[in-house]
Amino acid sequence: MLTILFDGIAYGMLLFVLACGLSVTLGLMNFVNLAHGAFAMAGGYITLVLVNRAGLPFFAGLPVAFVVTALIGALFERTLYVHVYAKSHLDQVLFTIGLVFMSVAAVDYVMGSQQVFIQIPSALQGRFELFGVGIGRYRLLIIVTCGLLTVALQLILSGTRFGSRLRASVDDARVARGLGINVNGVFALTFAFGSGLAGLGGALGAEILGLDPTFPLKYLVYFLIVVTVGGTSSITGPFLASLLIGIADVAGKYYVPKFGAFVIYTIMIVVLLLRPQGLFARAAGR
Amino acid sequence: MPSPVVAEVARRLARRARWQPLEYLFWLAALASVFLLRDRHLILTEIAWLGLFALSLDLILGYAGVISLGHAAFFGFGSYAAALLAKYGIVNEPVLALVVSGLAAAVLGFATSFLVLRGSDLTRLMVTLGVALIMREVANQIPDVTGGADGLQGVVIAPVLGLFPFDIFGHVSYVYCLAVLFVLFLLARRIVYSPFGLSLRAVKGNPLRAASVGISVNARLVAVYTLAAFYAGVAGGLLAQTTAFVSLDVLSFERSADLLLVLIIGGTGYLYGGPIGAVVFKLMQDWIANLTPQYWQFWIGLVLVLIVLVGRDRISLITGGLRLVVERIARRWNAGAVPPPYPPPLAGEGREGVRGEGR
Repeated sequence: MLTILFDGIAYGMLLFVLACGLSVTLGLMNFVNLAHGAFAMAGGYITLVLVNRAGLPFFAGLPVAFVVTALIGALFERTLYVHVYAKSHLDQVLFTIGLVFMSVAAVDYVMGSQQVFIQIPSALQGRFELFGVGIGRYRLLIIVTCGLLTVALQLILSGTRFGSRLRASVDDARVARGLGINVNGVFALTFAFGSGLAGLGGALGAEILGLDPTFPLKYLVYFLIVVTVGGTSSITGPFLASLLIGIADVAGKYYVPKFGAFVIYTIMIVVLLLRPQGLFARAAGR
Repeated sequence: MPSPVVAEVARRLARRARWQPLEYLFWLAALASVFLLRDRHLILTEIAWLGLFALSLDLILGYAGVISLGHAAFFGFGSYAAALLAKYGIVNEPVLALVVSGLAAAVLGFATSFLVLRGSDLTRLMVTLGVALIMREVANQIPDVTGGADGLQGVVIAPVLGLFPFDIFGHVSYVYCLAVLFVLFLLARRIVYSPFGLSLRAVKGNPLRAASVGISVNARLVAVYTLAAFYAGVAGGLLAQTTAFVSLDVLSFERSADLLLVLIIGGTGYLYGGPIGAVVFKLMQDWIANLTPQYWQFWIGLVLVLIVLVGRDRISLITGGLRLVVERIARRWNAGAVPPPYPPPLAGEGREGVRGEGR
């Protein structure tokens, strides 16, 4: 019982790291980025190449995955995404679906279509018992890493100058511009950072979620559910939503394997019906 | 005796709905393909049902402005319905079974349409996507009914109308699909040129204003969503009947995404976008798949990205301009009997797109 809770929390934490970039871009620019999972996949494959082929230690691979994915994100943002912000949601959807298709086929071409695993150090394998609760070492690592990241993100958002600029831009981009905040710059940085986080999530999650070229399509719906359930105006919303989804998904699949997959979809639809703004969002007049 | 205003409105509506020379040309070409392209009937069959499927998306996207990422839900539902009806001999005659499948999809569409009424574009994307995913998961979880991941096998389709058995060259299936497409197209054309169709356009333009001039926005959306689900269900039924096989693939996300591409290639909001897009899409897919069998998805994605970067506006300007030129020539050829239509012809109207709230 507690083990399931523990696994669910690890899963949820992972989802949060994967999805929080998406929720910020959506809230900040009203931009629907369905290609977010492609960045996560990029991070996963970068780590895979570094660790399995170049023989880098796993813990060195993670930061590299973050930095490289963030750079790729920044590059894409500056060259391609900027042209699409002003377009309609339909155009944004088409554009990002196109990117997903391209990334899926490109990774298939370069890396092959089979599912791959990153070699994790033996110290992280297996599980141990603590007060009768079975705790997977790797899942513990995920919880600790993602927990620290979440705290750091919250501190950046609430404590730094950049954080207050970001929050101002999310609340009202027009007024923020009027106050002299470079909203586009803030956005580019946030986009790159969010992509980097997704890449890190992809690298961390390869062990649990699996990694193959259809990753962006398979987990797209999870990201979107996190964002819709959590709302886009803060980071605590998606965080709580991720935990809820993670625990519900793991518990659902364990207790009612036949209907496990429906649990999260049902949560999403019920939330959308009752609170179209998201479960944890303020009822803002947007 | 109707008032002069009503009579004038009726006259203008009738004039808008008049058949253009190009439309005759389109259907003549379709008819000609039955006789002239006999060895291509298999791919033409696919084009026909895909065209119908895209037409159904056009009804909600092009006329009512509802973005859907889950239209495959209705397509797949109709598909499974048609296959199951045939397999268990519930309704043997294909045409009748097709209608039943369409109605089944329409029921699902009606039930889920209330979810689509809420919220913004993003919410709609999510809800439609979610419905399609749930349908796929349902189909996956009841393998004793749907065949699960292996697909539904052992489907035997009876001859159409009891007279024409399906053959392996696709001759019967193409004529069958084309006939269904034509009949449903006529129906759709009648609907979108009716006052109901006009009110849908008003809803798409601005739901708030539409409501304030007395259009019941929600009722219209429910109606058109249900209708589109019926069309998608029929298209799915056609697929199941012409291939005598259904797999989980009919409910996949890729199918919904490809469908958007088909419609965008053809253009939204003038009904021919679906069929034309289907022709271009299938030919392109066929061509690319011959070049790189495994990676054709990459090029499909590239086309999507390019379409957005170049701008759908500009593309539809070009095609719209072409259409205007051809229409003008045709009109002159008709000895100028037709006065210039008012309000302006359809050419420019596809350009509005679906606007999010400007920020």
